[in-house]
Amino acid sequence: MADTTWRASLGGAAENRSTRAWRVGSSAVIVAAVVLAVLVVPPLVNLDEQAVNLAAKLRPPSREHPFGTDDVGRDLLLRCVYGLRVSLLVGVVAAVVATVIGTAVGALAAATGGWVDRVVMRLVDVFSSVPHLLLGIFIVAMFRPGVWPVVISVALTHWLSTARIVRAEVLSLRSRPYVDAAISGGASRTRVIVRHLLPGVLPQAGLAAVLMVPHAIWHESALSFLGLGLPTHQASLGTLVQSARGSLLAGDWWPTLFPGLFIIVPTLAIAGLAGAWRERINPRRRSELML
Amino acid sequence: MLELRSVTAGYDRRAPVMRGVDLALAPGASVGLLGPSGCGKSTLARVAALLHKPDAGRVLIDGEPARGWRHRAPRAQRTAFGVVFQQPRLSADPRLTLTNLIAEPLRATGRGAEAAGRVSELAATVGLGADLLGRRPHEVSDGQLQRACLARALVLRPRWLICDEMTAMLDASTTAALVHAVEEYRRESGAGLLAVGHDRVLLERWCERTVHWGELVTGGTGTAEREPDTELEPDTEHGPDTDREAQPEVA
Repeated sequence: MADTTWRASLGGAAENRSTRAWRVGSSAVIVAAVVLAVLVVPPLVNLDEQAVNLAAKLRPPSREHPFGTDDVGRDLLLRCVYGLRVSLLVGVVAAVVATVIGTAVGALAAATGGWVDRVVMRLVDVFSSVPHLLLGIFIVAMFRPGVWPVVISVALTHWLSTARIVRAEVLSLRSRPYVDAAISGGASRTRVIVRHLLPGVLPQAGLAAVLMVPHAIWHESALSFLGLGLPTHQASLGTLVQSARGSLLAGDWWPTLFPGLFIIVPTLAIAGLAGAWRERINPRRRSELML
Repeated sequence: MLELRSVTAGYDRRAPVMRGVDLALAPGASVGLLGPSGCGKSTLARVAALLHKPDAGRVLIDGEPARGWRHRAPRAQRTAFGVVFQQPRLSADPRLTLTNLIAEPLRATGRGAEAAGRVSELAATVGLGADLLGRRPHEVSDGQLQRACLARALVLRPRWLICDEMTAMLDASTTAALVHAVEEYRRESGAGLLAVGHDRVLLERWCERTVHWGELVTGGTGTAEREPDTELEPDTEHGPDTDREAQPEVA
């Protein structure tokens, strides 16, 4: 096909494409493995990830404990899987909630216009001017430690960029004549937003949500690492890394390394898939890994 | 009677596109509004259809003043107008099939039950084959899409039709078919027509009366500051570009 020869003649383009295919493929495999592990393993093995065995504490990786054990003898592989489960739940829920808030705020601001738009967007500016980890710490500090305060904290600090993206998109859509035609056709304000404007921004909003999942996981880890997120007995990637600090100083590397890899590899894989999706819907902006 | 009384409108209060324009359209009558590109005739059409709020002046519908603009206009007043725009691509929601596009005003006004019957009836009126109705805008030509847009404008049986350069992008045979469909509807319903365009030959054959933009703005209430122009060269001092798409405006 003409298209293929043209690409090939560009030299290097073909290689680029195969690297991209490799990246998308490996990301997809990792994400699939993570989802499978998180959904299937806990009910299947039916082991208690909190079972303490003081006789076997801080064992290095072995056949019996592939990731070793932590400072109270809990199996680290099992805790990593459970931790990933919690972190993924927090990441996905927080990203979805943040996207819904951001989409609603952005669409409202753009579709209403006038002073509503100005007030809302200045509020967004004010929120953006505070480092969002700091704001997140402030929010979790108001609740008892637990999963939901972390979700709320991450969601409430991450809707700002989505609101901006959605607002810009809705602004460009709403001045199109098809909105005029809808008004002439008797459509209410809500109907115009829901039927004609929001469907146009859904791809962008969905992409923003997926791009936000790894970011949200990092935030959960950061909050838990700082001791503000989840309670320490609850395995999450953040609490695992946090409770491993002491043993790392004593030279025991495995309680830090494996949870660390569990943070890095899945988030990179999700970001890789999201980047590929972004290239598809917006080929002009080449993807860098946005975390 | 649709009346515009000393309407001043534009996108910037300091430099309105038109000042003190008067225009009246009797029920069942047809008026062609002629003017060069960018003179403001589309803005006038949008004011007449309650889609653009004028800076000053009034719009009377059967003696009753318009009670708002865009969404603030009561639904009964808004839906009294069927509007067809110049560019069918921009005036059709790209996600709707032609059937849904035509039926959308019925659904928006809670009359979705009539949709199936009205759509097939109107598709016949505007000359759209049944095979096209399941397609989306990007799968049909400009002419076919404009036929669907006309059908959408007619679906609520408006009492006033505003055709803003409806045929500017179309070939002669599609133009003829669309004009015929409009006239058919007007004969049967007694709707008034405001056809805006730059094609003198077409508008003079189509409409009972044609008004040149130049006459309109100088024949205003005396607030017009324009020098009396020749009809052929109406001035465009208020900015060359009043394209709707280029002008974000506040609803």
